[in-house]
Amino acid sequence: MPSRRRALTVLALLLALVVASFVVALATGSIPVTTHDLFTALFGEMFSEKWGGMGETSLAIEVVRGLRLPRALGAFACGGLLALAGALMQVLLRNPLADPYVLGISGGAAVGALLAMLAGLALWFIDLAAFIGAFAAMLIVFGLAHGDSSWTRTRLLLTGVIVAAGCGAAVALMLSIAPEAQLRGMLFWLMGDAGQISEPRPALVVLAAGLALALPFARELNLLARGDVLAQTLGVSVNHVKRGVYFLAALATATAVTTAGSIGFIGLIVPHLTRLGLMKLGWGNDQRLLLPAAALVGGSLLLLADTLARTVVAPQQLPVGVLTALIGVPAFLFLLGREKHA
Amino acid sequence: MHDIVRMAPLIFTRDLSVRIGSHDVCRALNWQVNPGERWAILGKNGVGKSTLLKTLAGLRLAETGELIVCGAPIAVPPARTVGSTLGVPTFSRESQRTLAKRRGYLTQHHSDPFPSTVMETALIGRHPHLGRWDWESTADHEITRAALAEADLVGFAEREVQTLSGGERQRLAVAQLLTQQPQLFLLDEPLTHLDLSHQVAIMELFKRKTQGEFSMTSALVAVLHDPGFAVRYCEHALLLFGNGEWLAGPARNIITAENLTRLYGHPLREIGSDNDRWFIPC
Repeated sequence: MPSRRRALTVLALLLALVVASFVVALATGSIPVTTHDLFTALFGEMFSEKWGGMGETSLAIEVVRGLRLPRALGAFACGGLLALAGALMQVLLRNPLADPYVLGISGGAAVGALLAMLAGLALWFIDLAAFIGAFAAMLIVFGLAHGDSSWTRTRLLLTGVIVAAGCGAAVALMLSIAPEAQLRGMLFWLMGDAGQISEPRPALVVLAAGLALALPFARELNLLARGDVLAQTLGVSVNHVKRGVYFLAALATATAVTTAGSIGFIGLIVPHLTRLGLMKLGWGNDQRLLLPAAALVGGSLLLLADTLARTVVAPQQLPVGVLTALIGVPAFLFLLGREKHA
Repeated sequence: MHDIVRMAPLIFTRDLSVRIGSHDVCRALNWQVNPGERWAILGKNGVGKSTLLKTLAGLRLAETGELIVCGAPIAVPPARTVGSTLGVPTFSRESQRTLAKRRGYLTQHHSDPFPSTVMETALIGRHPHLGRWDWESTADHEITRAALAEADLVGFAEREVQTLSGGERQRLAVAQLLTQQPQLFLLDEPLTHLDLSHQVAIMELFKRKTQGEFSMTSALVAVLHDPGFAVRYCEHALLLFGNGEWLAGPARNIITAENLTRLYGHPLREIGSDNDRWFIPC
């Protein structure tokens, strides 16, 4: 069990990892960027003059400011949101293998986004449609699972899986009737692609707000992870907290999916990996540390994966979702295998 | 320790009726548990012993009647008017906090879906005593270490919970309950999975927690299956007959071969002497 100071130390170290990932992401690409360019791009001319810079805006600075920074911020925010949502879902369903998409939220978003693409709407309409789709799926699952006011985990899970299956069928239908020209964009959206990030700020705001809302209840979540009756006995308003967790996880997922499509495996693997790492340090499954740590790790991981995705076969770009899955599947199987031996 | 109730009954019921669907657990229960008292609840499988305990813990609605636990009104007549959301009694945040600090509830089942250490799991019991932003202090760790020692789990602190045996996990649940430091212990089959020596040790432990310095503040209600253990450790007994009928009073009057034969629907014979009575099935 970590003390507050140790938890803050871990988070400070993870923040250093985040900064390092940003440096790598901003400096890597087809146009070379010097340390000086990077500082100028981020902190403005004043800083560069102090360093004796030339004071001209080079192409590199433009690329960092206009292209790489928004994309990096967006990728970081999405990774953080997915990891946070995954960690919350795992507590809510009391299953370490739950992920943010298990309740059909990404399916709903995909149906919304693909409908908007079929209709040939503008980019921001696609984002809006994805968000509406995600929330519609969330409300349907919540409404159905909540029907007789006894919302059990099995029921929630089953409803979610069925709604996700329905969405999958709708997506397949739309893909099969879509005109050739739109197919590539649709597939990229479905696989998750940070290249489509136009505006990273909403995702960053939701990530910050999500963490700020979840952390005051983190100890309550520790109890909830050990069972409803125990949590209720020790004074947790179980039903209120559960509903809060559900909506927060859903909002985080919907925002991430709206921003960058359904990027797989971050939401499943990052909370799991973080928990395993903290266990190795002897600090177990404490949500007070796990939630912010998973968000930082998730953000860094997606940021690095996206950097890889846009450079590994440059000038071709890979959808980052493919890369996270390609890395995620073996990593997850490896972890599962190790757990059996432990 | 300013918020501890002294000498007032820890459980007070008037005309309390508890039902599971159409099955009566108890009808018009008029009952009181005072500090220093130890009560055994006896009855056949499925009569609703656990349900009654859950109701007393404030985790479930009663049908009708009045129920006050540790000074917190859980149900006032008629019980429904206290209001409910999602099948759980709702009372003020204040009552909920009071209950969480004062009454402990040992459940039959313990689940650990996530990896966690024994220490971490036992520390959970401190939750109601901590503020929203508090982290467990050294004092909380001391209380928890002492509780682990009392439950015979010295040297287990760093063990992974999922590697514990059934009996060890049960003792960890007891340690968690002690960490909570409640006044009222509600125990649902506390002896499950325990070997004979630990059965005795755990009952002795709870006896210590409700007598001497604790006899003015603490009490115990335990669902038990062995009438011998009941008469040995509890001075009072509540029998549930399964059709809503109940019988409550001093164990010496209530736990008799005749009553037990009726309770279990199987003839029992009493052996032993006054202070050491055991019951064996014929």
